[in-house]
Amino acid sequence: MALKPAPEPASAPAAREVVNDFSITVATINGTGSQTSNLTILRALFRMGIPVSGKNIFPSNIQGLPTWYTIRVNKHGFLARRDEHEIVIAMNPATVHDDMNKVVPGGVFLYADHIRPQGLREDVIAYSMPVNRLARESGAPPRLRDYVANMVYVGVLAYLLGIDLEAIRAALDFHFRGKAKAVELNDSVVRAAFRWAEEHLEKRDPYRVAPMEATQGLILSDGNTAAALGALFGGVQFVSWYPITPSTDLAETLEHYLRRYRVRPDGKHTFAVIQAEDELAAINMAIGAGWAGLRAMTATSGPGLSLMTEAIGLAYYAEVPVVVWDVQRVGPSTGLPTRTQQGDILFIHFASHGDTEHILLFPANINEAFEFGWRAFDIAERLQAPVFVMSDLDLGMNHWMGQPFAYPDQDMDRGKVLWEEDLERWEQEKGVPWGRYLDVDGDGIPYRTVMGNRRPGASYFTRGTGHDEYARYTEDPEVWHRMVHRIKKKYRLGRKYLPRPVEDGPGTEVGIIAYGTTDAAMPEARYLLEHKGIATDYLRIRALPFHDEVGDFLARHRAVYVVEANRDGQMAMLLRMHYPQWATRIHSVARTDGLPLTATFIADSIAGQEG
Amino acid sequence: MARTNAIGLTKADYKGAPTTLCQGCGHNSILSQIIAALFEMNVRPEDVVKFSGIGCSSKAPTYMLSRSFGFNGLHGRMPALATGALVADITLKGIGMSGDGDTASIGMGHFKHVLRRNLPLVYIVANNGVYGLTKGQFAPTAEKGLTLKRHGTNPYMPVDVCMEALAGGATFVARSFAGDPKQLKALIKAAFHHNGLAVIDVVSPCVTFNNEPSAHYSYGWARDHEAPLHRLDFIPPEEEILLDKPMEPGERRVIRLHDGSVVVLEQVDRDYDPTDRFAAMRALEESYRREVLLTGLLYIETEGRENLFQVLNLPEDKPLNRMTQEELRPAASVLEEINAKDMFHGADVRVNGR
Repeated sequence: MALKPAPEPASAPAAREVVNDFSITVATINGTGSQTSNLTILRALFRMGIPVSGKNIFPSNIQGLPTWYTIRVNKHGFLARRDEHEIVIAMNPATVHDDMNKVVPGGVFLYADHIRPQGLREDVIAYSMPVNRLARESGAPPRLRDYVANMVYVGVLAYLLGIDLEAIRAALDFHFRGKAKAVELNDSVVRAAFRWAEEHLEKRDPYRVAPMEATQGLILSDGNTAAALGALFGGVQFVSWYPITPSTDLAETLEHYLRRYRVRPDGKHTFAVIQAEDELAAINMAIGAGWAGLRAMTATSGPGLSLMTEAIGLAYYAEVPVVVWDVQRVGPSTGLPTRTQQGDILFIHFASHGDTEHILLFPANINEAFEFGWRAFDIAERLQAPVFVMSDLDLGMNHWMGQPFAYPDQDMDRGKVLWEEDLERWEQEKGVPWGRYLDVDGDGIPYRTVMGNRRPGASYFTRGTGHDEYARYTEDPEVWHRMVHRIKKKYRLGRKYLPRPVEDGPGTEVGIIAYGTTDAAMPEARYLLEHKGIATDYLRIRALPFHDEVGDFLARHRAVYVVEANRDGQMAMLLRMHYPQWATRIHSVARTDGLPLTATFIADSIAGQEG
Repeated sequence: MARTNAIGLTKADYKGAPTTLCQGCGHNSILSQIIAALFEMNVRPEDVVKFSGIGCSSKAPTYMLSRSFGFNGLHGRMPALATGALVADITLKGIGMSGDGDTASIGMGHFKHVLRRNLPLVYIVANNGVYGLTKGQFAPTAEKGLTLKRHGTNPYMPVDVCMEALAGGATFVARSFAGDPKQLKALIKAAFHHNGLAVIDVVSPCVTFNNEPSAHYSYGWARDHEAPLHRLDFIPPEEEILLDKPMEPGERRVIRLHDGSVVVLEQVDRDYDPTDRFAAMRALEESYRREVLLTGLLYIETEGRENLFQVLNLPEDKPLNRMTQEELRPAASVLEEINAKDMFHGADVRVNGR
């Protein structure tokens, strides 16, 4: 999505305008409905054709604690989070001073007049807004007054920045699904605030927006919605889940769409969604369903996966297809439930006691969240294995620009499943009696039957205990050795079914490896590095186990920086383990503070290590 | 030649791998009665799916019905595993084998929740009050005061699986004894025809670790203290009810199940109404005071409660796991509609007026 920035003019005009290149942060109180206002600003800017991103920094709380929403406006399409805040809108008395201190020198501090900051900074341009008065005069019933109060800053900001009121109207229409009364009320508050600002504020700051065409044909969505839609078009049949932030809306949105699009004319459902009693049940139900031939999934986050770990080992060893979405949050322990991290990589790759190495997919944007949403079922059923889709809170719960979702370009791959009529043919063809764990094709993938297949000889007994090719219990050392190595072969050869890495770069000696949402900061980070004289190649990992391209990339570069949002550099550790011959050229650029990585951090870290 | 049933199968067609349980283990008797019940009811083994957790009880499904699919899952998670699987083909009948530790300790949560959901499943708890595979620790169902060789005397109150089932809203709750094959078989048959979750808590003595005559889960104590609520008979839907001898009113209760089959209960020493949940709880409470092993059909709810498949509104004409891409993947036009209506769109020439 990133556009190549135009070279900066050699001499800037004296009264420098800053157009389409700044960050707006709104400081509010959780539970006051400010999300509607923030999304309205985001959508209006997007509708004006300007590249935007929105990050909700919210507390683990229902109501009353501070929350921030940051919108980045960037004409080049650089949309990662930044540490700098050019415009801060203060609506929360509890944080007003901290919020004022966040503003960059020369930036804008826009505050509700009733929160009365003690002593305004001299180096910021401050405006106050009569929020309560305008809300009162809006004619909104008292119970809605807090909500419409948040529309006041939308209107004032629209005046200061030049946000198109028609674009705001379109955003409100979309948000309230055309409910005329709600649209009118909110729109009237926005317009009243705009008029008030027009009459009372003298614009003294350099920031403004101007229409572009950079978002034409694009949509805005959050990753959880994209994932849910992907699963819908993947033909998901069974969803068992337990509520946990930040994965909850994935399951809820999926159920919403299943009820809309997967009910037959006779009213019967072609799916089942069960809110389980805990994550233990959620994963065991999904494994039962996957075993029985359903496209089964669950969605959870780190703490849920900790509980699911025993069952993951069962699915691995009993060879049961199941899809697990891990919308990662900050761990260990309860950690920071409403903040983001890429901290589950090593844990999930090796989840379970004994030897395992699971399949992980890393969506980096809403389009991949959708695509991996359907593709994960094909992979799970083809390889008869659990597949983990490693999203995170940043992707899952924030709004991202993307292409409209693309319909699957491949038929559903149900893998090697034998029904009644297939079995006889199979046995004639292969010349052996069917056995659940027989590797007749040499790819490590056996054929499976599922319950309901009534043909004599189709049934077998599944167990997590030692079993032979015919699924019979055994403790024979030779058989155990043979079986776990056959499974390993299945994973090694099965890599061809996984999304390959994406590469970009001129072919230099410095490489960067990233995965998932850190990709969002990469165009800007590489741009900054280029300005420091460091040209980089870039490889984005989209799946584990590694494709051969990853090793080739390491081989081709003098130094490779592995960028990730965790403390220990988990992917870097995995790479060093898999490619010991290149271990010394692998450098970690890792950080976890609960927030998405900034391009500046990445560029500075790499430049620092490059010396 | 071996006797065949109405669908031409012999009892051998219902057998599994040779048992590896201890000789005399109550669980083997339970397996025999499941096999006998299915044979007599002319159920095709292919129409049954077996589930279990971990423990001696959970090894048992291997030793019956080798023509049925089966899944021996994780400790305590059988109800969840069975829930997910059974949704895939609602024409199959599930049998879950669990034990005292599997159900009343590590799996208590799932047990209570599968009751709430009323999953059509015959849920058998092979209950011997002791952990066998780990060699003789107290199970949560062990009576207070039980003394075991290596673990001293149990200081804690027992979990009563039937009481938990009643409190959890189960629609079929029975208790039986592995040493009472006739009653156990009739209960298994009734459970098989029940339209929802059927719990049968079976006192199934462990001859190796908990069979001292004073122990409540021993053959000796159970035999001496068994107090059946009634004599039970199960009559499948296709058979006419023939009353073999005239009885006084109140001496016999006839309970009709959803599919037309009938459970006939003959009074033993007093009239007992198994459709009264409160009476069932009181009967259990009294059995604790009288120190007897109360057996029989404690509670049954034949109508008014939907089973899980009905709640989920699953099709009856085609199992979910036989559905094809045409039925599962919405058309491209659906995605176009979602893209157009549910997503917010970027630059719009009209809005920008350019």
